[in-house]
Amino acid sequence: MSTRRIAVISAGLSNPSSTRMLADRLLAATARELAERDIEITADVFELRDYAHDITNNLLTGFAPSALETMINTVVSADALIVVTPIFSTSYSGLFKSFIDVLDPDALRGKPVLIGANAGTARHSLAIDYAIRPLFAYLHADAVSTGVFAASADWGGSGDQVATLSSRVDKGARELAEAIARRSPVVDADPFDPANYLGEGRSFGHLLGGLAGE
Amino acid sequence: MSENTTWPGMQFGIFTVSDITQDPVSGHTPSEAERIRNTITIAKHAEEVGLDVFALGEHHNPPFWSSSPTTTLAAIAAQTERLLVSTATTLITTNDPVKIAEDFAMLQHVSNGRTDIMLGRGNTGPVYPWFGKDIRQGLPIALENYALLHKLWREDVVDWEGKFRTPLQGFTATPRPLDGVPPFVWHGSIRTPEVAEQAAYYGDGFFANNIFWPAEHYQRLIALYRQRYAHYGHGTPEQAIVGLGGQVFMRANSQDAVNEFRPYFDNAPVYGHGPSMEDFTQMTPLTVGSSQQVIDRYAGMRDLFGDYQRQLFLMDHAGLPLKIVLEQLDILGGEVVPVLRKELAKNRPADVPDAPTHENLVRKTYGDAEPRQATPRANRGDNLTSGSPYQDTPQPVGSAFGAAATRSA
Repeated sequence: MSTRRIAVISAGLSNPSSTRMLADRLLAATARELAERDIEITADVFELRDYAHDITNNLLTGFAPSALETMINTVVSADALIVVTPIFSTSYSGLFKSFIDVLDPDALRGKPVLIGANAGTARHSLAIDYAIRPLFAYLHADAVSTGVFAASADWGGSGDQVATLSSRVDKGARELAEAIARRSPVVDADPFDPANYLGEGRSFGHLLGGLAGE
Repeated sequence: MSENTTWPGMQFGIFTVSDITQDPVSGHTPSEAERIRNTITIAKHAEEVGLDVFALGEHHNPPFWSSSPTTTLAAIAAQTERLLVSTATTLITTNDPVKIAEDFAMLQHVSNGRTDIMLGRGNTGPVYPWFGKDIRQGLPIALENYALLHKLWREDVVDWEGKFRTPLQGFTATPRPLDGVPPFVWHGSIRTPEVAEQAAYYGDGFFANNIFWPAEHYQRLIALYRQRYAHYGHGTPEQAIVGLGGQVFMRANSQDAVNEFRPYFDNAPVYGHGPSMEDFTQMTPLTVGSSQQVIDRYAGMRDLFGDYQRQLFLMDHAGLPLKIVLEQLDILGGEVVPVLRKELAKNRPADVPDAPTHENLVRKTYGDAEPRQATPRANRGDNLTSGSPYQDTPQPVGSAFGAAATRSA
């Protein structure tokens, strides 16, 4: 049995939050799917509300206070992400986008992502595909094709009775599990290791190209 | 003052970004003329209180004034005796390396060797297009430009071709560096390992701005620079040449310092309206309090970064009025730096190099011999065809017509 690590980002603002409820369901379903594939997971779950001040300070000063920095390092070094945001005014919440904005633009390149979103009514459900998915496409993350949207009604009997929330959660989780299982575990690359910024076995002359004759 | 300057191990000084910012307490915004005049007063006062270095930033947009640092630094050098003038930073991306080579060699001559330079890539996006460059090429431009600058200061005649500048054939950067010794170069960076690598490769100094980010960032960069300095054969990691920035505000009573500095902090460019001053002083080397608190904080820097050669303080930004800046320099030069010199000299290994100066670079290059005094020959265009247009370089046979052609080589 091998092990992977999933980072979960929940951008809900209230506590308890239905955004977090959806995130927890997506995580539990993904863990189940991976267990069937003989993969065990550990998970780091973050509520962006806890980092809201640090995220704003990072936007203003250009550096992450240490709690946020630790959190960012945990997120970008995970094997996969589950991200869930409430839909505010037709799109991801401002806090969610601000968090994305303080990440290095290359930090999520190639990383499997399962997108979740929640709102008061199902009329917002396409926000995943017109707003959130393009954001992850821009970052060159590998968002799985199913995004899971939960309207308030989905938590009770008046939600979608054909494609139920739990069936959509399972579908998204299965796709994320498959994406994780296809990949080797992430190896954390130290940006301050010369082998990483120069390339293995290369020297400063290679950065200069022909100038240094290397 | 003489007691201040007896230890050559480290240099202490100030650096400025040249911002023209409204004083949030008085509401006064200085004119460009007033702020430029004040900056020269501040630099002269830095020497009066026993500091060693004044370093000036470069910007090409309001509300900054320092677009032409060597002009300002030459004026300061002319009005001081001992102060070393430097930059923080000179834009290696958007300046022509040929012009940097010429300007700073000139500054060396007029300041009698009291010149060095700190190179950086700059952080104002539009400066790149204003100077015809592409910001996405920032790092490759910086690396290529410095390779050319390095060559122009060391080779009398340069043939060169690169990607980002028109080629040079038979070009001589004049004047040649003072005594044939180029200005010492610091490479400044806040996050780029390639810049630390570059500094190490050439055996140059590395300067960590140390103002905006927590110490751990700079620790990783400096550790990398030291390790690569040794890798490229310039000495041990401990012998690499490191400079650090810092930022302080002091009063006899530390609570007075906090109260007086807070409006300047809260409204400062860059970090104003962001983290609280308390959080920022905890996260970064900004120290607001008594001179003893400043001494304790900065005497601890070598525990984080190793023994180092230069400490610069940011003292004059965020709209602080001239009077307060001069008082701060009095405290810095009178109470803080003399103690820091003593503290940082203690237990410093003998093989850690002294701070770089023109004098010790000349000694390192020539020993007891006379340094080079470049004297040109009459120019017959032979800088294009022979080794050098200077008299101390033998002319290759057949390189000239007339009498010179028959002279024995």
